[in-house]
Amino acid sequence: MSSDFHVFRVGVSFVIMCILYKSAEDPLPELSPQKYFSTLQPGKASLAYFCHADSPSTSVVLEQLNEAVRPLQDYGISVAKVHCVKEETSRYCGKEEDLMKAYLFRGNILLREFPTDTLFDVNAIVAHVLFTLLFNEVKYISTLEDLQNIENTVKGKANMIFSYVRAIGTPEHRAIMEAAFVYGTAYQFVLTTEIALLESIGSEDIERAHLYFFHCNLISDLTQQCRRTLMRQPLTTLNIHAFVKTMKAPLLTEVAEDPQQVSTVHLQLGLPLVFIVSQKATYEADRRTAEWVAWRLLGKAGVLLLLRDSLEVNIPQHTNVVFRRAEKEVPLEFLVLTDIDSIISYVEDNVEMEENKDSDVEDPDLDIQDDEVAETVYRDRKRQLPLEVTMELTEETFHATVMASDSIVLFYAGWQAVSMAFLQSYIDVAVKLKGTSTMLLTRINCADWSGVCTKQNVTEFPAVKMYKKGENPVSYAGMLGTEDLLKFIQLNRISCPVSITSIQEVEEYLNGELYEDLVTYSSVSVLGLFSPAMTTAKEDFTEAGNYLKGCVLTGIYSEEDVWILANKHAATLPALLLAKHKDGKIESIPLAGTPAQDIVQIITNALQETFPEITVENLPTYFKPQKPLLILFSDGSINPQHREAILTLVAQKHLDSFTPCWLNLKNTPVGRGILQVYFGLLPPLPLLVLVNQHSGGHVFAFPSDQSITEQNLALWLKKLEAGLENHITILSAQEWKPPLPAYNFLSMMDAATSQHATGKAPGRMKEIDVQENDKERHEDKLTVKKEPVETLRIKHWNRNNWFKETEKSLKPHTEL
Amino acid sequence: MGLSAALWGPLGLLLSLALPPAVGAHTHRDYCVLGAGPAGLQVAAFLHHAGRDYEVFERTPAPGSFFMRYPRHRKLISINKRYTGKNNAEFNLRHDWNSLLSHDPRLVFRHYSRAYFPDAGDMVRYLRDFADRLGLHVRYNTNIVHVTLKKDWQAWNSHYFILTNQKGQVYQCSVLLVATGLSVPNLVDFPGSEYAEGYESVSVDPEDFVGQNVLILGRGNSAFETAENILGVTNFIHMLSRSRVRLSWATHYVGDLRAINNGLLDTYQLKSLDGLLESDLRDLAIVKDAKGKFHITLGFFLEETNASRSADAIPLPQDDNDNFAMRVAYDRVIRCLGWKFDFSIFNQSLRLSSGSEFSKKYPLIRASYESKGTRGLFILGTASHSVDYRKSAGGFIHGFRYTVRAVHRLLEHRHHGIPWPCTEHPTTQLTNSIIRRVNEASGLYQMFGVLADVILLKENATAFEYLEEFPMQMLAQLETLTGRTAKHGLFIINMEYGKNFSGPDKDVFFHDRSVGHTEDAWQSNFLHPVIYYYRHLPTEQEVRFRPAHWPLPRPTAIHHIVEDFLTDWTAPVGHILPLRRFLENCLDTDLRSFYAESCFLFTLTRQKLPPFCQQGYLRKQGLVYTKSLQQHGVESGLLRDYATMGQVLEDSSRQPGDQEPVNQPLGTGHLIHLDSNKEEL
Repeated sequence: MSSDFHVFRVGVSFVIMCILYKSAEDPLPELSPQKYFSTLQPGKASLAYFCHADSPSTSVVLEQLNEAVRPLQDYGISVAKVHCVKEETSRYCGKEEDLMKAYLFRGNILLREFPTDTLFDVNAIVAHVLFTLLFNEVKYISTLEDLQNIENTVKGKANMIFSYVRAIGTPEHRAIMEAAFVYGTAYQFVLTTEIALLESIGSEDIERAHLYFFHCNLISDLTQQCRRTLMRQPLTTLNIHAFVKTMKAPLLTEVAEDPQQVSTVHLQLGLPLVFIVSQKATYEADRRTAEWVAWRLLGKAGVLLLLRDSLEVNIPQHTNVVFRRAEKEVPLEFLVLTDIDSIISYVEDNVEMEENKDSDVEDPDLDIQDDEVAETVYRDRKRQLPLEVTMELTEETFHATVMASDSIVLFYAGWQAVSMAFLQSYIDVAVKLKGTSTMLLTRINCADWSGVCTKQNVTEFPAVKMYKKGENPVSYAGMLGTEDLLKFIQLNRISCPVSITSIQEVEEYLNGELYEDLVTYSSVSVLGLFSPAMTTAKEDFTEAGNYLKGCVLTGIYSEEDVWILANKHAATLPALLLAKHKDGKIESIPLAGTPAQDIVQIITNALQETFPEITVENLPTYFKPQKPLLILFSDGSINPQHREAILTLVAQKHLDSFTPCWLNLKNTPVGRGILQVYFGLLPPLPLLVLVNQHSGGHVFAFPSDQSITEQNLALWLKKLEAGLENHITILSAQEWKPPLPAYNFLSMMDAATSQHATGKAPGRMKEIDVQENDKERHEDKLTVKKEPVETLRIKHWNRNNWFKETEKSLKPHTEL
Repeated sequence: MGLSAALWGPLGLLLSLALPPAVGAHTHRDYCVLGAGPAGLQVAAFLHHAGRDYEVFERTPAPGSFFMRYPRHRKLISINKRYTGKNNAEFNLRHDWNSLLSHDPRLVFRHYSRAYFPDAGDMVRYLRDFADRLGLHVRYNTNIVHVTLKKDWQAWNSHYFILTNQKGQVYQCSVLLVATGLSVPNLVDFPGSEYAEGYESVSVDPEDFVGQNVLILGRGNSAFETAENILGVTNFIHMLSRSRVRLSWATHYVGDLRAINNGLLDTYQLKSLDGLLESDLRDLAIVKDAKGKFHITLGFFLEETNASRSADAIPLPQDDNDNFAMRVAYDRVIRCLGWKFDFSIFNQSLRLSSGSEFSKKYPLIRASYESKGTRGLFILGTASHSVDYRKSAGGFIHGFRYTVRAVHRLLEHRHHGIPWPCTEHPTTQLTNSIIRRVNEASGLYQMFGVLADVILLKENATAFEYLEEFPMQMLAQLETLTGRTAKHGLFIINMEYGKNFSGPDKDVFFHDRSVGHTEDAWQSNFLHPVIYYYRHLPTEQEVRFRPAHWPLPRPTAIHHIVEDFLTDWTAPVGHILPLRRFLENCLDTDLRSFYAESCFLFTLTRQKLPPFCQQGYLRKQGLVYTKSLQQHGVESGLLRDYATMGQVLEDSSRQPGDQEPVNQPLGTGHLIHLDSNKEEL
């Protein structure tokens, strides 16, 4: 299937070349034999195709030959069609039509004759002609012995380029011959078409063409083998050129300047630079490392040794590798990599990514949805939601409804994916609350009633607001999910803070009996104790309670007999009682002179646990203090001993600089994804990991061969602090870039205007159209316009004009 | 009186005679509005709502006096579309060409007429209600006959506008808003032009035209409207104008000939005696013969002849050229050549001059609608059409109601320190904000190419400000005009027709005229949103010397949202996705939305978070998926089902932190070989 496609593509590209050359080519000169031989100049090569005068003018050979005129001219080789008139007796004129041949001359010496079937296309023509002319420069071999012989002769003298192509006359063969034309004197070129030979030197993936660079120049000992570097890119002239340039560049360069200022041939070729940071003390070792890295990255990146001591620019202290991408204006990456392999894989990953990016640019499918929310909502569009469980509001009904009853309003926009995803949760909440709640659940589509939404100050969707009689509307600021919204609605059933009127009620409130059904939504019940005269303190507390609406249960008790409670809980009034339902403990905090804001803070802190189970919903809360997370991953509920060990450490203040927590893979399966990032494989559990997202992104793992005990943990943390532990991975510091490019309409518009001022400009032409053009081409050459070709495959055009391109990129160098 | 003497001095006697003795006893207003037509009332409504000191001066006893007489045949050609199938009031204004903007939902024109092309009387009634309901300060029966300037460094604009009414009463104004429309009929001077009856006075009773040969001069809507009225009773109607008829459905300009008026085109092309001719009116001459019939001849024939010769002796073109088209004698000649602005009341010191050759009938103004000659003098309404003549709708109610709002916003900033209204959002809302506006905004839609939305990015592009309907030709002056800063790049949202689509001789029905593929969006022909991205605010030079046929200077990047048959640009893949990619690439960030679970994963496995997670999830506002959404996510490959992910290995051969011996030469001492088959997600 894929090979079919490939063939099709090749076909297309030829068609395009045909069209292009048809319209813009120097014609193939047509001469008589006499005339032809008189034009031959000494030392100049010339390819002539002899044919009968009465033969059809458009044979395949002639067409291909026509195309080869320009590429061959670039090598100083002229091409001609010679007419054999009947009475002509030139020996080059064959007797019969099918015996017509092409001949290659240097001066007037015949070098080779080509049966027309070898010249099946322009690649074959160029490849064969150059192969003949470069007979001495390119050795053709067929056995391993030949290869070894040649290798031995060049050891200590020159480097060698060995390549394998499937057949003579292929595009790869042409590319190699073209490279040999340029580099033939500098390197020994060796060519084979024997798969066996390729296999014997240990190549894999022998289906495709191969090119090896043999580093023989520096070898002094003949028994030693030349080091080899395999070219990874497809065999094209430009790629070979770039590859040879990198082979020629010094393996390792020492620099003592700003990495951003350094310039090497690698950057020009679009390859990144790797700086190994070295210090005087470790110079020798560093240099060895760098050389080793350089060999491994040969052809993929330039490697330099950066001498830190004589450097004026600052680089981060622990950095041992600096990575610089070839693209301009991309900042340097300062890395801490622990071994050669990670340097190599870092570079390879990044280079590979760039390659992938390149291939994406060539034919990216920009129309495939990569937004998970948009895609899932779209896929779910046909499912009927029980929308009727919520009341739909309009401009006319909005005010009457929210005035008449306590209501929750969801503001959403029908076209917006995030709102529509949340609408599903909202409907779920409505279904759950059906018939139990006094709160009316409503929704309004702001795509229809944008005026209402704007008046309610809603400019972003989705938004949830609660309207209660006589109160200002309250915006919901929690997670956009069923659970949190349900909690918000439930906790808002009672006022916040709720007034409690008797000691008896207080007891019930604190032990969770008073609002039994709400206690599940609030792990803590908060009660403010005030003597009736403490009006300011009461106001502050009420303000705080209002602020915490929907998050936590708050109550207020301010009767004359409040002293009884104060005594009971050993509190000085005004005071705050925090009843934690999980462990049944009641804590009291004095409130004298505490402003509302601080009360909020005290309560929110109280809501946080010392060793929480971390979940998707609560991570943001625990993440906020920006401390490293100490996470115990557990498949199921946590081992009580482990919990004990950690709680002891917490109590001993050993964990003050961390946020200890645990993760239950049963409740939070995405934890597996996290472990996979940390370890590659899923490690045995339980497992303790320290994640430092906020500084450096290092991840450390508690050795799994040790048991999680208080002592072991304390020791491990000490080692960590002292920098004696090694991290298992570093979290990627990659920025969130656009996942795919966008259509470049500006350049499409430019292309259209530069092309022709009138008519409908050509868009991206479909390949199928090209094929159709191909059919028509024979019938009516004039209809084959230049127009579609130019916007189209500039790439193919470049390939044929490679020489010019190479010349350009070679300008600053001396080979040509 | 020294000051006024110095001021009036050069103007001579005439003025001082006109002025009453009590010159000093004038009334002051911050804003004076001339004319209580639609534009005057519209600006008054904004000034009133903002609590400004203003007064409208109207020459007649009621608002909208133009519509009391015009159009002569009483049928408005501005559509009154009462049903669109949508509830969105802002969207519905896209198809309501008669309403003014106000906060009162009763003041919508569909409550005033059921007709698709309503009667002019309904407009008069509407305007009266508009003025009354909103309690606008209009001084009726006050004809301002003269306007001049008085220098005063204390004044907002270093001068006051001094208005004098027909009774000699004087008003002093800080800002003058002229909304007098085009009130003077256009005349063309040629020999015999006095024989032509004007549109403004010609009979509208078809009975008066029975069996007559009629020649109509002009080819605008008034000419065709007149023809339409008498088409059935005349012998024939010939229409004569300088250039070809411009059909508004081909030019996409509502001021050109509307299909509702083109009955004559139909009969002309269907060989029914009526006809259209093109000639420059100034070359013509009309000669009246003894029987009172009119003959058409050429101006230079008259010059050659002795003027004293009788009409019958004047040479006619058919004398030489016996098939001359207009060789028949006409019973009537009717002039329907449109109107022009009345410059006569403005003193020269205001330097109010007429526009270029193509917009001579309009006063010359800037794209901010302020006079080029005098600061503080604004031209509003129909008279302001020079800004977008033959391009957009600025000369019509459904266009200038928005440009008037823009002027009001500029004034609020200039004189009251209130910056151009805007909303601020985090970057994650960028795509949404644009999609919302292009789908409902009526100002962008009506005033395409003139008013554009502007998005000003904040530092690091983490947030942005959204400004609506800014006059885009004033882009370079955006910061001074709006009081907002544009230091970190900006987007402009404009609506455009295809570049070569509109024009008087264009075939707008050609095959393949519409584009469906997103990658061809730039070739869209019908009105569609176009978004320009600039890294820096363009300079005045760049705006002035922008490429031909471009509404704005060349941007850093441009995006076309592909035209849509329903003008509903909310398709997730066809419209929103390409827009998001464009915005992402402009800002070099990832603007996708993610479920809370994905954000959770990123929080623990990466050092950086995408904006959506940063601004949502980390602020405890993550989006939680439902079961069915998760399933779809897993099926699409965009989400993973972690619950079924490879079970935890009981005895992994590779232990975390396990240190293997190193088999490569190592330099920096502490390099350690670790798990090398790390796998990135």
